[in-house]
Amino acid sequence: MAAHVATDMATVTLTVNGKPVTATIDPRTLLVQLLRDHLRLTGTHVGCDTSQCGACVVHVNGQAIKSCTVLALQLDGAEVLTIEGLAAADGPLHPMQEAFRENHGLQCGYCTPGMIMTAVDMVRRKGHDLDDHTIREELEGNICRCTGYHNIVKAIAAGARAMRGDAPTTKAAE
Amino acid sequence: MSATGIGAAVRRKEDRRFITGTGHYTDDITRPGQVFAYFIRSPHAHATIKAIDAKAAAAMPGVLAVLTGTELAADKIGNLICGWMIHSKDGTPMKMAAHPALANGKACHVGDAIAVVVAETLAQARDAAEKVKIDYGVLPAVADPAAAQKPGAPQIHDIAPNNTIYQWHLGDAKAVEAAFKAAKHVAKLDIVNNRLVPNAIEPRAAIGDYDSGSGTFTLWNTTQNPHVARLVIAAFVGMAPEHKLRVIAPDVGGGFGSKIFIYPEEVVALWASKRVGRPVKWVCDRSEAFLSDAHGRDHVTQAEMAFDAGGKITALRAKTVANLGAYMSTFSSSVPTYLYATLLSGQYDIPQIYCEVDAVYTNTVPVDAYRGAGRPEATFVVERLVEIGARELGLNPAELRRKNFVHKFPHQTPVIMTYDAGDYDASLEKAMQLADYKGFTARKRESARHGKLRGIGFSTYIEACGIAPSQAVGSLGAGVGLWESAEVRVNPTGSVEILTGSHSHGQGHETTFAQVVSERLGIPIDDVSVVHGDTDKVQFGMGTYGSRSGAVGMSALVKALDKVEAKAKKVAAHLLEAAEGDIEFKDGKFSVAGTDKSAAWGEVTLNAYVAHKFSGQELEPGLKEGAFYDPTNFTFPAGCHICEVEIDPETGNTEVVAWTAVDDFGIVVNPMIVEGQVHGGIAQGVGQALYEGAIYDKSGQLVTGSFMDYAMPRADYFPTLKVDTTVTRCPSNPLGIKGCGEAGAIAAPAAVINAITDAIGTEQIAMPATPAAVWAALQKSNKLPHAA
Repeated sequence: MAAHVATDMATVTLTVNGKPVTATIDPRTLLVQLLRDHLRLTGTHVGCDTSQCGACVVHVNGQAIKSCTVLALQLDGAEVLTIEGLAAADGPLHPMQEAFRENHGLQCGYCTPGMIMTAVDMVRRKGHDLDDHTIREELEGNICRCTGYHNIVKAIAAGARAMRGDAPTTKAAE
Repeated sequence: MSATGIGAAVRRKEDRRFITGTGHYTDDITRPGQVFAYFIRSPHAHATIKAIDAKAAAAMPGVLAVLTGTELAADKIGNLICGWMIHSKDGTPMKMAAHPALANGKACHVGDAIAVVVAETLAQARDAAEKVKIDYGVLPAVADPAAAQKPGAPQIHDIAPNNTIYQWHLGDAKAVEAAFKAAKHVAKLDIVNNRLVPNAIEPRAAIGDYDSGSGTFTLWNTTQNPHVARLVIAAFVGMAPEHKLRVIAPDVGGGFGSKIFIYPEEVVALWASKRVGRPVKWVCDRSEAFLSDAHGRDHVTQAEMAFDAGGKITALRAKTVANLGAYMSTFSSSVPTYLYATLLSGQYDIPQIYCEVDAVYTNTVPVDAYRGAGRPEATFVVERLVEIGARELGLNPAELRRKNFVHKFPHQTPVIMTYDAGDYDASLEKAMQLADYKGFTARKRESARHGKLRGIGFSTYIEACGIAPSQAVGSLGAGVGLWESAEVRVNPTGSVEILTGSHSHGQGHETTFAQVVSERLGIPIDDVSVVHGDTDKVQFGMGTYGSRSGAVGMSALVKALDKVEAKAKKVAAHLLEAAEGDIEFKDGKFSVAGTDKSAAWGEVTLNAYVAHKFSGQELEPGLKEGAFYDPTNFTFPAGCHICEVEIDPETGNTEVVAWTAVDDFGIVVNPMIVEGQVHGGIAQGVGQALYEGAIYDKSGQLVTGSFMDYAMPRADYFPTLKVDTTVTRCPSNPLGIKGCGEAGAIAAPAAVINAITDAIGTEQIAMPATPAAVWAALQKSNKLPHAA
């Protein structure tokens, strides 16, 4: 890695969770650093340094991306949605959030924001009727060490149905 | 059972903050004036540090300090310690080498912390670190535990000739020898229990904050046991007196054992904070975590099991070399000894057992407890040998197990433990039904039609949890007692705060501990809050590991609740103008026996505080009680896991196609959470069996140093898991709880490998059983389709 000392700061303007944001940053600042360190949106997590774990997944212009792998400066003018913006602060939870709670799709909670943001994007791309196989394949970029994925898979299937608005998030009796 | 009491699948109280991104993990905390630490780590496995030139780095923008082992020693910061004394067979104490938080003169593994740069920003600290010039004298290294004791191996610490930390044993060698001589059959196996990297998804982190006005330190830390961290950092490292050090473990993102230990980085964060006069934050990179988090397992074992003519096990013998890495981590010495050899009886009545364990230093990251800690290694030895014995004797593996199960309780094993309760036939039977064992032959035939090899494997495991009776562990060398504490603070309005020395890093204590209170006091679960993880708030406690929080932590809570109820009855007696002995408490209501007089919980709690109905001579105001619970025995969760695999002989790829787990955890407080614990444990155990392995090359470089190289289990590696329970109540604690956190990781590896060896017809397969390993093993087997 080059021992690059940034003396020139740069300005980036983007929309985060519906609010316009302008920040003056070191050009090497990653999106996740902008979110966590500058905007104090600490729900987006960092679990690795090789773009493997997915704890940092957010939506940029409606698509899920790993915020540890993109420079903030690349996103001038972009719309960013983080876990904090998925549901209104005082409003009801997003159906996918509710499904994770209802199905015990989280334990320590660290991978959870990335899992939920990935899941919401999965529904956008793959629809509301997600089978186990599809969900498991689509989670290739998200690592959870606690749950063994079993309940995450159930949560995403239930959340996907609920996002259509015609099914409760409650898991079916087994 | 009430809707929120013991046994209810209550949705977790802590989840809202985690699903909305409003949790507070250590890295989410920002202290005013906070600066950042970046560690410079040895790129060499073994090297003298001849000189460190930090002048250029110190002059870099934003840099506040560059600190090394020299300054650490000058400030008289003490070494990290291992808190469990093990004596060798010859009576000599274990050889604990000095472990300074920053290496002093010599680096002993790749990743050993040599220096730390503290700067205004993390980027500035990293930039400056590249300017620090370190002159290393590279030494030969040894990473393989099997090579560490050989003549001519590089010597890592002067205190430990032949890199040997201890040579320990347990059991009656002569009786075992006699049993083997008399045996009709002996099953043998050489085992490498592969080295694992725990990889909690939240990397470790620490913020040290020194307040010069009061002379107090605060440490925010990713720890499973904040009081133990405070005790060690105060009493051994000597950073500050215990009462001048506050340790806070906020939300912690998984631990699996790796966050039990006291690490160099938190010591340095505290020390550097005092040095620079600013709060100092350190957050571990994942690559750094691979080189600095304590690893797990890493045993090399030769084991054999003796059988009589009827298939009864008569003896077991094991010789193990355990790799403890470059330094002895906090509880490392106990893992391959008292957490391992004491479980070698499995679920079986084995008359004689003898185990020898040599613990060795190598030029690798320290090794310590990782989910299961010793018990997965023991289970693997026992369950592989039982399976091999059955195959060699031509007996059904389930039948051989039944024949040897312990059936009478209490049962004294030859290796210390007294099993108190269990029904191993019941869990085996239920698992076989759920797994449709009878249908396996048909499924195997169907797999064969598709060119696949199908195998089935059992693991009837046992573990010792509820760690542990303090007197017992003290007699075995533990430097601490392993009781737990609880305090119940009832507020005037009747809501309740419970303060527990246990700590949750994913287990859901805010829910389950509240369920115990809700059940006992008959109050809504939302009226109960759980306080943990802060040494300034919570009385001393021992923390969470070894599946102990339910069995030990909740028992302390029950003791405190007993006292609360007793006191509240006194208050109610005054309020209701009745004799104390006539007061009954049920469903949150106090009533006078034989009358219709009663008072609600909230009336009594308010009266405890306003104290209008009794005098100070009669009763103290208030309603707050504490308790310390010391267990009287370990608990013995046990069960049966059955794994079914399908192997593609063309590629060697193993697919786990079915998993059935039937566990006996005693009384279950929240079945939803318990199932989740089992799922997670199975995933880690399957990870060990099929995917994960920390690989060092001959020079001591960690080849598998990132998620690109170390295969973490992913969602598509697993089938839907069938999880169920049987129940025998634990007789030694008030709620009858045994513990569930480690079962999956303990049971799973043997089940997977038993299934693979069943499929491929050879016992010689190492973990992780990668496609390459399985394919290579198949080439020597007669189970290739063309040979079948």
